Amino acid sequence: MDFGPHLMLAAIEGAVAAAVLALTALGLSLVFGVMRVVNVAHGEFFMLGAVLAWAVAHLVPGPAWAGYLAALVLAPLLVGLLAAAADWVVLKRVQYDPERTIVATIGLLYILQQATLMAYGPEARPVAAPFDARIALPWPEWGPEGLVLTWPWGLGTTAWKLVVIAAAALLVALVFVLVQRSRAGLVMRATQFDRETAQAFGIPVARVFALTFALGAALAAIGGVLVVPIQQAHYLMGGDPLLLSFIVVIIGGLGSLRGTVVAAILIGMSDGIVSVFFSPTLAKILATLLVAFVLIFRPQGLYGTRAA
Amino acid sequence: MAAMSGPLLRAEGLTRDYGGLRAVDHVDFTLQEGEIRALIGPNGAGKTTFVGLISGRIRPSAGRVRFMGRDVTALPAHRRMRLGMAYTFQITSIFANLTVWDNVALAAQARRGAQGLAEATDAALARVGLLDRAGQVAGDLAYGHQRLLELAMGIAQAPRLLILDEPTQGLSDPEIRDFVALIRDIARGATVLLIEHNMDVVMQLATRITVLNFGAILAEGAPEEIRADARVRAAYLGG
Amino acid sequence: MTGRDRSGGTRAWGLTVAVLAALAAMWPLLPDYNQITLARVMVFAIFAIGYNILFGYTGLLSLGHALFFAAGLYAAGLGARDGGLTAVPAFLAGILAGAGLAAGVGALALRTAGVAFMIVTLMFAQAGYLALLYFNEWTRGDEGFNLPAASRTVLGLELAGADMRYGTALALFALATLIATWLARSPLGRVMVAVRENEARAAMLGYDTGRVKLAAVTISGAFSGAAGAAYGLIDGYAGATFASVQYSILPLLWVLVGGAGTVLGPLVGAVFMFYLIDLTSGLTDAYMLVAGAVLVLVTLFAPRGIMGEVRRRVARWLP
Repeated sequence: MDFGPHLMLAAIEGAVAAAVLALTALGLSLVFGVMRVVNVAHGEFFMLGAVLAWAVAHLVPGPAWAGYLAALVLAPLLVGLLAAAADWVVLKRVQYDPERTIVATIGLLYILQQATLMAYGPEARPVAAPFDARIALPWPEWGPEGLVLTWPWGLGTTAWKLVVIAAAALLVALVFVLVQRSRAGLVMRATQFDRETAQAFGIPVARVFALTFALGAALAAIGGVLVVPIQQAHYLMGGDPLLLSFIVVIIGGLGSLRGTVVAAILIGMSDGIVSVFFSPTLAKILATLLVAFVLIFRPQGLYGTRAA
Repeated sequence: MAAMSGPLLRAEGLTRDYGGLRAVDHVDFTLQEGEIRALIGPNGAGKTTFVGLISGRIRPSAGRVRFMGRDVTALPAHRRMRLGMAYTFQITSIFANLTVWDNVALAAQARRGAQGLAEATDAALARVGLLDRAGQVAGDLAYGHQRLLELAMGIAQAPRLLILDEPTQGLSDPEIRDFVALIRDIARGATVLLIEHNMDVVMQLATRITVLNFGAILAEGAPEEIRADARVRAAYLGG
Repeated sequence: MTGRDRSGGTRAWGLTVAVLAALAAMWPLLPDYNQITLARVMVFAIFAIGYNILFGYTGLLSLGHALFFAAGLYAAGLGARDGGLTAVPAFLAGILAGAGLAAGVGALALRTAGVAFMIVTLMFAQAGYLALLYFNEWTRGDEGFNLPAASRTVLGLELAGADMRYGTALALFALATLIATWLARSPLGRVMVAVRENEARAAMLGYDTGRVKLAAVTISGAFSGAAGAAYGLIDGYAGATFASVQYSILPLLWVLVGGAGTVLGPLVGAVFMFYLIDLTSGLTDAYMLVAGAVLVLVTLFAPRGIMGEVRRRVARWLP
């Protein structure tokens, strides 16, 4: 294959990565924005989404798409409930103290990951996509007769990847509408702005926090469900999304949803593209160093206005 | 220390802006060795910002600070403290989880290192009358004792210039009486600059008074002159 | 901690020496297997002592100490493998590497505070871990490499035997504990605690708090590097696993469990967690579940840790 078509394939991989990352990172960003805490266990919610998708898909009888659709609803719901419980039992009790919350969520990370290892085992298991179709992609070329479209052999993708991109984009848009236009969003933003005043105005801050934490976790879980037909479910799969979400949220500016999405596209695309051409390990080294230096020299990130 | 010609402290054109707001506006200010200077003025006049600029807690937008003949404008706060300033915060700021003794030892150690640390610490505690509470956890002390502890820390630093931001705030009348005597005692070995709202304290203690209003010096002089100054009465004393 | 009460100082030193003497008395009594395990725990306790200097005394929570442990491990390991270093110079190289890297990371990371400091240290450590994997032709990555036998002799004695492992680990641990106890009671130790308790006040007393914090990070890195080098030389193995996030979390766990800001907390926490995890790993592969659960439980119910609670309830003089 020529360089051009190869790059196009890489770009599609990048777009899938960016879409899932935007969704996952948005969850982390939302939690940080409203609750001012960093959830280190966020990647495990992603992993649980994928593992639960496998479980649900295997429990629901009938065609593959039925099981998958059930998973798409059930997995985020269950993960959301679990997160709300964790908020109630752990985070609330350390009064959302930033440092103690990090330590506690590190503990939570190991609890969720290792419990999954016990219950689900160390194997990586595939989940079938609801439909299995390949799409050949056209490649525009200037020939002697002007612009023609050719279909180079090997230039194609699964329809599922395009669905992932579309679904993630739709969900990201939904989150924006929810936060910026709905009453629930208003309550969340009020709580973010000033916890005490919100409390004084009768906003049930504890419930807002639990719901926010659940919503953030559910977004990660959906990311996991969407990605599982492409990448198998495994108990250690939460590490990468966590690291990348951190990178995205910090570079986008802590607590800025818009910055998070922009950075997710930037990082996801470049990570996807760079990983095709260069060592993914090298890409990750550069990305982690980038995060460190952004926090040191430009803590407000691309869009954020407040430092951590 | 080498003999010094000129004043202990001099501020020239000292200015500090917060966004569009000018908290301190081109203040020229001179403090002679041995003075007890009171800094008064209505709330929001810029007093705390001004002593913050002198101590180095706040960077000036413009102007210079000279201390003991040396330009210290570029020095961070901790370097100015090492040169011989001491500063007590408006809101009590101690090491609440450490013992009273450790609090004062930390102050003494900053100035003199480990040499003769115990003696200097005990001496400072004895001067404010807290020696018998040396082993207590500082956070457990009553409020009045915590303010005394801060003073002991100031003493232990053996400063040339002691800056006190509203030291008597929240104290009872008998406590204030003791405090006044103590500050007078300290002033025999150090120059004192204090922000104070209690006019009785000011009139008892100050050798000179500077009145700050809207970030600028409104008047300066001996206590009687300030008491008689019509502008001050209008701006501050309420006529 | 410190104070006017000189007898508190005597008791504090007495307890430290008594614990070290007890560890020495156990030496001839323990079977080989326990000697090797306890030798490992004591080396990890040195790591925890280093972590405690930064977290317990100075109040800075790092999530990147695996980097300094690994720096010591690899400086000693690669120095022995490729540079032909013998045990003592390899150990010193490990200390230097830990301290040097910590000073560099500290100079950058200390421009931030709180949560940002935690994340920056985490990211630097992660970059270090990934670099070990990336240069795997040289570092042998996750698989690791064995140290040459020639590097594992001290004064003509082979480190490989259980007896020697325990003895060496004990000697180094004793040294680390005595240095840490002395540091905690030194003028610098007092100022580190002041920075932890109230940094603004410490600065207004005339302390350069930035320099104090950098000193704490560097000393902490030196201890961590020493522990890494000792681990490599005593066990004869170096691998990238020791640079992974888990080895940044473990010292935090040990110190939290044992008691942050106490002299014996690191040992107590390391022993407690090591044997707890050892016990669990006999039952399940998911042994890190215990670490996670303890982390949450300690955060919720015992933020002072074991020795911290003892100090609060029983013995205020506890070092």
